[in-house]
Amino acid sequence: MISGTQIIQLLQSAVVFGTVIMFGAIGEILTEKSGNLNLGVPGIMYLGGIAGLAASFFYEFNNPDPSPVICLILSFAAAFLASALGGLLYSFLTITLRANQNVTGLTLTIFGSGVANFFGGSLNTMAGGVGQISVATTSGIYRANIYNKVPSLGTAGSLLLSYGFMVYLAIVVAVLMAWFLNRTRTGLNLRAVGENPATADAAGINVTRYKYAATCIGAGISGMGGLYYTMDYIKGTWANDGTIEALGWLAVALVIFATWKSLNAIWGSYLFGLLSWMYFYVPGLTRSSQELFKMLPYLVTILVLIAISLRKKRENQPPASLGLPYFREER
Amino acid sequence: MEHTCAIQLKNITKRFGKVVANDSVDLTINRGEILSLLGENGSGKTTLMNMLAGIYFPDEGEILVNGKPVTIASPKDAFANGIGMIHQHFKLVDVFTAAENIVLGLEEEGKLDLKAAAARITDICQRYGFSIDPNKKVYDMSVSEKQTVEIVKVLYRGADILILDEPTAVLTPQETDRLFDVMRNMKADGKAMVIITHKLHEVMDVSDRVAVLRKGKYIGDVATSETNPQALTDMMVGHAVTLNINRPEPKNPIPRLSVENLTVYDAMGVKRLDNVSFTAMGGEILGIAGIAGSGQKELLEAIAGLQNISAGASIQYRAIGSPEDAPGVQLVGKTPLQIKQAGVSLAFVPEDRLGMGLVGTMGMTGNMLLRSYRKGHSIFTNRKAPRKLAEDVMERLEVVTPNVAFPVRRLSGGNVQKVLVGREIAQEPSVLMTAYAVRGLDINTSYTIYNLLTEQKMQGVAVVYVGEDLDVLLELCDRILVLCGGQVSGVVDARTTTKEEVGLLMTRFKKEGSKDE
Repeated sequence: MISGTQIIQLLQSAVVFGTVIMFGAIGEILTEKSGNLNLGVPGIMYLGGIAGLAASFFYEFNNPDPSPVICLILSFAAAFLASALGGLLYSFLTITLRANQNVTGLTLTIFGSGVANFFGGSLNTMAGGVGQISVATTSGIYRANIYNKVPSLGTAGSLLLSYGFMVYLAIVVAVLMAWFLNRTRTGLNLRAVGENPATADAAGINVTRYKYAATCIGAGISGMGGLYYTMDYIKGTWANDGTIEALGWLAVALVIFATWKSLNAIWGSYLFGLLSWMYFYVPGLTRSSQELFKMLPYLVTILVLIAISLRKKRENQPPASLGLPYFREER
Repeated sequence: MEHTCAIQLKNITKRFGKVVANDSVDLTINRGEILSLLGENGSGKTTLMNMLAGIYFPDEGEILVNGKPVTIASPKDAFANGIGMIHQHFKLVDVFTAAENIVLGLEEEGKLDLKAAAARITDICQRYGFSIDPNKKVYDMSVSEKQTVEIVKVLYRGADILILDEPTAVLTPQETDRLFDVMRNMKADGKAMVIITHKLHEVMDVSDRVAVLRKGKYIGDVATSETNPQALTDMMVGHAVTLNINRPEPKNPIPRLSVENLTVYDAMGVKRLDNVSFTAMGGEILGIAGIAGSGQKELLEAIAGLQNISAGASIQYRAIGSPEDAPGVQLVGKTPLQIKQAGVSLAFVPEDRLGMGLVGTMGMTGNMLLRSYRKGHSIFTNRKAPRKLAEDVMERLEVVTPNVAFPVRRLSGGNVQKVLVGREIAQEPSVLMTAYAVRGLDINTSYTIYNLLTEQKMQGVAVVYVGEDLDVLLELCDRILVLCGGQVSGVVDARTTTKEEVGLLMTRFKKEGSKDE
C-alpha cells in the first residue's frame, strides 16, 4: 500500500512536473490562438532552459558574491528573450516566407535541442571539477519557499506552499491568459485571426502583426517551462538526457487535452504530472511495466481527442485556421 | 421627394490586365432612395461597388462623397466615409457570437464591454425592424440571420450608405420580403441604399431607381415607376452582336442523354435542381443559359455522378454507334468510377479547371495519365501513351508550354483550358459537357474552343455547353435550355430566338405565392 507520506510526495512531484509543461502549454495556446501551430515547443523550452542557465552561470562564475536579485533578473530575461527569438525565427519562416508550419516547428525542436545540448555540454566542461555545473545562488532563489521557512504549517503547508515562486507564477499566467483571450478587445481580435484571418483582415486587424506578437510572446512563455526545469526541477544543473524534449511534447499534448483553454491547462498539467509519476509509487512494477505507466498522459490525450471529435462541440475544436498560412487575396 | 446626393462616381474605369471591368462609369447614389444596380453576370456591378467599399481601387475617375472628392483605399476608409458593403460571401467568425463579430476590429477606448454592445445591437435592430440574438453563435445561425449580422455590423460602424451585393441570392421568399421591409425602413431613415441584383421582380418590388450596366459600361438609369421588366431586359442585354461562329446544321440528331425528373438538394438542404427534364441529342450543341447559381453546376455534376440525386430521377445514356432502339445505360445511382466501368464515354470540362479538372503541379503527361492509369495491368504506370497524347494535344491545339512535363498550373488560362479540353476530347466521348469553357480566355482561344466543340458535334457527339455570354450561346448552340432557380424555364431554338426572349426566361423567377408580374 502507498503511505500518506508517499501520497504527499506524489502530489508534490505532480505539481512540480506539471508546472514545467503548464508554461509550455500556455505559451503554445497563445501561439495557436493566432493560427500558428508551433511544434517547436520542445526546442523553445530547451532554448529557454539553456539561456537562463548560461546567463546565471556566467554571472555567478565571474562574481565571488553574486546578488540573488541580479541572478533572478538575468536568468529570467535571458530565458524569455532566447525563447522569444525562437518564436521570432518560426514567425519569420512561416508568416513572412510562408514555409510549412509543421516542418518549421519540427526543425525548431531539433535546432533548440542541438543548441542547448551543445552549450550545456560546454558549460559542464567549463565548470571543471566533476563535470557538472551548478548555479547554486540562482537555483536557490528559484527554489525558495515559505514551507521551508515555516515548517509548522503542516501537511497543508507542504502541499500548497512548498514550491518555488514559478509554480504560482504559472497559475497566475494561466488565469491572465484566459482573461486576456476572452475578455479583452485584443484577445478577441487575436482569436479572430486564428479562426478566420480573412474576416479579421477585412475588419481592419493587422493579421501579420498579431501572428508575430502572439507567436513570439507565446514562445517566451513556453521557454519559462525550460527555465523552471533547469533551475528548480534539476536544481540549477544541466544534463544531456533529452528530458526537456519529452516534456515539450507533453506540453503540446496538454494544449489538445485542455481544448485550447488555459484554465484547463492548470489542472490538466497536474493530472499529467500525477500520471507521469504514478509508476514510482505503484508497488511491484518491473522496469518494463513502468514504461507502460509512463504512456498514460499520451493515452489520456488520445482519449480526449476522440471524445471531443465525437462530441463535435464547436468551442472545443482547435482554431479553424490552425496550421494554415494566410495569403491576402491577390487584388 | 427631393433627394440629397450621397455619392457621385465620375468616369470610373477599372481594368484587370487587359479586361476592362468598368469603362468610364458615372453613377449617382442618393439619400432616402433605394437604387438597383442591374446587369448580367460580368457586367461589372460588383466591381464598381467594390471600389466604394475599398476592396478595389479605381484606375481612373473620381469618387465624391457628400460632394467632396475622397480616396477610398481600404475598407477602413470606406467606413470613415460612412460606406458599408454587405458582400455575397459573409465575413464572420463561426465560433463567435453575433455581438463579438460585430465589435471585431473596432478601435474603441476602454475595455471590451459586450453587454453595452449587445444593448446597442438590440437598439439598432428595433429601429429598423429586424431581430437577432446578440449572444447567439454564428454557427447556430441560418443564412438569413448571418446576413442580418452583416447588416448590423455595418450599421454599428455608423454607415449611412449601404451596398448589398445580391442579398436575396441565399434567402427564401419570406426572408426576402422581410429584408425588403428592413430596407424600406432604412430608406425612411434617410440612408442611401444600393442593391445589386439581376432579378427583375425584385428590382420592381423594392427600388426607386434602376441603373443598368452592360459589359462594364453604364447604360443609363430610370425611375422604377416609369419602367417595366421588358424595357429593363432590353437595357440589360442590349442588341445582339454578330460573332460569326461557324454553325453547321445538326446531322441526324438522336438522343444521347435523356434526363428526367432530376432533383438535387445541396448539403444545406436547399433545392438546387427542381424536376429538370431534357434530352441532349447527338450531333447538336445544347446550350445551357441562366444567371449564375441557377443550378448549372449541380446539373453537370449530377450527370457526372458527383451529386446526391433525389429519388425518381432517370438519366439515360446512349453511346455513339449503339442501335437507336437499344436500352440506354442508367447513370443515376452510379459513382464516377462505376459510370466509367459501365462503358459510358462521358467527358466533363468543369468550371474549376485547376481544382476539379487538372492537377496543377503535374505536367501535361501526368494530367493525361489521370484518365488512363486504370488501363494498365501492372503496378507500374504506362507513361508512353499519355506522353504521346500530351504531345498530340500540344501540337494540335497549339498549347504554349516549354515541354509536356511543365506544371500546368504555370500555364496561362487559355493553355490550361486547351490541355483540359484536349484530354477530354481524346476520350472520344459520346457526350461532352463543358462549363464556362471560354471564361477568361482571349478571343482567339475562344474561337479555337468553339471550333473544337463544333467538330465534336459533327462527329455525332452530344455537346452540352454551359455558358454565360448570350451572344455566344445564340450563335454557337443549336438549342438553348434556360435554367432559372433550378427549374427549366424554357428550351428555345437558338436559330430563331432573340436575346430578349432568353433574357426574360433567365429572370422569370417563379416565386411561390407571389402575384404574377
